[in-house]
Amino acid sequence: MAKPIGLEVSLAVAEAVKLCDTDVVAAYPITPQTHIVEHLSELVANGELDAAYIPVESEQSAMSSCIGSSAAGARTFTATSSQGLALMNEMLFIAPPLRLPIVMAIANRALSAPINIWNDHSDIMSIRDVGWLALFAETGQEALDMTILGFKIAEDHRVSLPITINLDGFTLSHFIEPVLLPTKEEVAKFLPPFKPLVKLDIANPISMGLLGGPESYTEARKVTDDILVASKPVVIEAFNDFAKVFGREYKVIESYRTEGADTILVMMGSIAETAMTAIDELWDAGKKVGVVRIRLWRPFPVEEFKEAIKGAKNLAVIDRAISMGVPDAPVALEVKSLLYNEKVRPFISNYVVGLGGRDVTRDDFKYISGRAEEFSTSPQTQYELVGVLE
Amino acid sequence: MKKEIDAIMAVKDLPIGFTAKPGSSLEFKTGDWRSQRPKLDREKCIYCGFCYIYCPDGVYQDMGKDEKYYKPDFDYCKGCGICAHECPKKCIEMVLEEV
Repeated sequence: MAKPIGLEVSLAVAEAVKLCDTDVVAAYPITPQTHIVEHLSELVANGELDAAYIPVESEQSAMSSCIGSSAAGARTFTATSSQGLALMNEMLFIAPPLRLPIVMAIANRALSAPINIWNDHSDIMSIRDVGWLALFAETGQEALDMTILGFKIAEDHRVSLPITINLDGFTLSHFIEPVLLPTKEEVAKFLPPFKPLVKLDIANPISMGLLGGPESYTEARKVTDDILVASKPVVIEAFNDFAKVFGREYKVIESYRTEGADTILVMMGSIAETAMTAIDELWDAGKKVGVVRIRLWRPFPVEEFKEAIKGAKNLAVIDRAISMGVPDAPVALEVKSLLYNEKVRPFISNYVVGLGGRDVTRDDFKYISGRAEEFSTSPQTQYELVGVLE
Repeated sequence: MKKEIDAIMAVKDLPIGFTAKPGSSLEFKTGDWRSQRPKLDREKCIYCGFCYIYCPDGVYQDMGKDEKYYKPDFDYCKGCGICAHECPKKCIEMVLEEV
């Protein structure tokens, strides 16, 4: 049995990229993602990882390079955060229709203005519609495991789409956590060598990145969405295969003490650790509150989510970003939309917490659980920004 | 009500990754974008080759020393009128394309 070692989570992600025998890393440093690519540059420089490391001049170039290297048939990784992800934006739309399985870690961070380097989910929410798969890690171990899983899922020919591995900036990226580092042999057993579905090849030339006018654009967008939606069973299959090799089990939707719960808190990312501790205390005080954590954000696991929240009277959807100009934040918008046509619906209320690195505490979850019950008698009209000083 | 469909290829028939094999531009005629076409007055033409040189799409073909003029390929001519503008003898006229 392997022994856990203390490792900064960013370094654990970089080690996972090494274990996956990645061919190309093209990246630009940005807090709080920097340690991932910094460590990768060291691994390449000292010969531990036989890869091309492309130190580009911007994130727009980073993603352009990734698209090029993936198209040339190389296993490709990058990482970014916040403003960096924003600068990549136009290139992010291009990879999915081209079916390029790039793996990108995002150390989630707020966006300016005001300038803020700390954690929330504003960055990933700005690219939720572009066609990338998206996984959210709760712990350092998950961030490492999801990186390995990312290659496995993205490169599967039934998927062949890019994927983001989201880990909360600082809260995960800069923490030293105990992690089980798999061996190269274990990873090789789980992850086969990269065989591209589409590839630039002199012996068999093709053109990529073509014009698609009004007579074909609709169909090209449809096929990309169809493949993204159809990737869910491949994700589940990869999770099951992962459990067989590494012994750690993952689900697209995770539930904690939802059995018999009146209220369920819905969230993504590392705050679920705190939430689980908080609801243990609530159960001890006689309150029936569960936690549902969305691990697979794209494609949204609709059936699994509906199953997980079955029986709950109240849903409290906890967001880490504001969708400016509408009454609900992004996750709540989607949860409400997918439950609207159900015959039996829970009361749904929405809370925004932890913007730009503000602490999210056990008391916040206890407060939210209480509010969710209150909103079952007088419905909420707009998300509640928890702990805002007005 | 049945919706009329303008697509040229069904979702299931699209090439993976929206790619194309080389040489497909030979099958893709772009001349139908044209709203005007160049009309040459061969009486005035001095076979100087300005139209051939200036054409941005290279649609002009040299008809040789006997014929002594250049002929546009209307499968690809987009009717931009550069040839007519550059012709030193003003022997090319842009006429409305009849559809």
